[in-house]
Amino acid sequence: MSARTLFDHVWNRHRVRTLPSGQDQLFIGLHLIHEVTSPQAFAWLRERGLTVAFPERSVATVDHIVPTEDQSRPYADGLAEDMLQAIERNTRETGIRLFQPGSGKQGVVHIIAPEQGLTQPGMTVACGDSHTATHGAFGAIAFGIGTSQVRDVLASQTLAMGRMKVRKVQIDGKLGQGVFAKDLILHVLRRLTAKGGVGFAYEFAGSTIHGLSMEERMTVCNMAIEGGARCGYVNPDQVTFDYLKGREHAPKGVDWERAVAWWRSIASAPDAVYDDVVAFKAEDIAPTVTWGISPDQGVAVNENIPAAESFPVSERPGIAEAYAYMGFTPGQPMAGTAIDVAFIGSCTNGRISDLRAAAAILTRHGGTVPARVKAFVVPGSEAVKKAAEAEGLHEVFRKHGFEWREAGCSMCLAMNPDKLVGKQISISTSNRNFKGRQGSPEGRTLLASPAMVALAAVEGRVTDVRGLK
Amino acid sequence: MTIITTLSARAIPVRGNDIDTDRIIPARFLRCVTFDGLGAHAFEDDRAQLKAQGKLHAFDDPRFVGAGILIANSNFGCGSSREHAPQAIAKWGVKAIIAVSYSEIFFGNCVAMGVPALRVAVADADALQSAVEANPSLIVTADLHAQQVRAGALTVAATLPDGPRQQFLTGAWDALGQLVEGLPAVRATAAGLPYLRGFAA
Ligand code: SF4
Repeated sequence: MSARTLFDHVWNRHRVRTLPSGQDQLFIGLHLIHEVTSPQAFAWLRERGLTVAFPERSVATVDHIVPTEDQSRPYADGLAEDMLQAIERNTRETGIRLFQPGSGKQGVVHIIAPEQGLTQPGMTVACGDSHTATHGAFGAIAFGIGTSQVRDVLASQTLAMGRMKVRKVQIDGKLGQGVFAKDLILHVLRRLTAKGGVGFAYEFAGSTIHGLSMEERMTVCNMAIEGGARCGYVNPDQVTFDYLKGREHAPKGVDWERAVAWWRSIASAPDAVYDDVVAFKAEDIAPTVTWGISPDQGVAVNENIPAAESFPVSERPGIAEAYAYMGFTPGQPMAGTAIDVAFIGSCTNGRISDLRAAAAILTRHGGTVPARVKAFVVPGSEAVKKAAEAEGLHEVFRKHGFEWREAGCSMCLAMNPDKLVGKQISISTSNRNFKGRQGSPEGRTLLASPAMVALAAVEGRVTDVRGLK
Repeated sequence: MTIITTLSARAIPVRGNDIDTDRIIPARFLRCVTFDGLGAHAFEDDRAQLKAQGKLHAFDDPRFVGAGILIANSNFGCGSSREHAPQAIAKWGVKAIIAVSYSEIFFGNCVAMGVPALRVAVADADALQSAVEANPSLIVTADLHAQQVRAGALTVAATLPDGPRQQFLTGAWDALGQLVEGLPAVRATAAGLPYLRGFAA
């Protein structure tokens, strides 16, 4: 059993008591709410005559269903409008803050909480969304929950949870030119598989991880869930504190000094005990693209789509299904695959540094998106959009043939009007390449870094970013 | 508070590893403020695709209409946290699930809904699926007490982690009552958290 890790420290601090089932009742320091997984929770609360126990510890926004083109109300999609009205009513009646489009604070829930300084080291964070793992980048223990548990947090600010094991995912060395945090996590997923992390919290450690910016760490932790780990985290360090300092909800004045001292003290101790340790070398990581229908089905861009024989026998039916769905042949090179759509956005890669990386590629390349390709950028939040526009990034994107949109989840899961059509292939900075994920039941998704997506957009096909002069 | 010790019903096999929640209930059906009506859309896109290939998904197969136990394989319900996925399956009529493994969020959602999700070995899941495919009227029994699944001549070990198992056996799978009862202790824990007291030592 793990000991003296950040996970153990934070868990123990937040444990209220052990329930008769043997699970722990765990206090949740920050509860994030969005429109899709919350309406039923509020309805159940009303049915049982319960109130929200700690309304000041919850924050809500709308991201999944918001249109990214015409945001005038009522929304053209009546069902989306109903959901927006439900969250407006539910938060108004319970005294929970709601960040609406136009407020300057709306955006993908996992982007806005960090940028406002709400997510802090040592907290427990929960949200009715699996990518809550993102907040672990700050040294928080953050996990996705279902709607029944959203109800539990609203009513009690706690969850009934079993403790996880802790696996240290150690990555050392320097990432090569053209290799980004997204490639790092796709590489780790490929090695540890989509289910390898079930039952674990992933502690991302090592010189590579601590050399990453906060935004890059968020990209890594965001996809811990794609490896089956319910949460992923990075021990807080000076990079974390520098990011937080001065943000709206970050501690101020004398509180700040005390906060930093506490945050330093909760990091995993040098003699911490882990349930498992795995190690990677940054030098081994190449720009990575997924070829299949699970985020662990990735290859280096200069590799071929792997043969079925390279997988364990038990996995082969799923591998065959992936070839058939994607229309790819084993042995076929990944580079050169023609794409129809390029999507830049999502809680994985919709932050300002992602947009800068993509724009820099477009400028270096100089070309424009061919007419047969649809390319668009959806900033992860209103604040990201504003910052990008202040730097002129929107003009760069437009000049090279991208559309520039309003903030939201958009074609990461296609609950709004942005959808693939038919068998289109999209190259996407998002996190899931599941069948039908981007809105067409036959649509296909290749996951990649913002730089790789930008380059694929102007080339019209998957291209190794390391070859760009 | 319903105690759940055994469930007996006809079963429906859904074969394949890593069946994600987007496949169980595609995102377009999440535009709703209640879970009502989701049952009709369970596996909708998978069903349509098989139909187009002239094949039949188990959820469209008349032999499995009225089944109450779903038998799946590894990493069932991976992906999104959407409770719409287990809700869709439950609204279709499933009362218990048997699989090799589950994503954690999906499993937690099942517990919170009072749907036991038992684990069996790889070969046992396959054997159970084959038995049910050969004889759809076979009654399958999920026994939480004995930690077994029985189906005709087959008896296989089927486990649940201790905590959730106790929750079902004692009827405390709906944790909300206990969590709310604990509110005074919750407030005491909160009062001791550095970030809720100005980080004062
Ligand atoms: S951007 Fe995608 S993964 Fe992130 S919260 Fe939105 S839908 Fe979920």
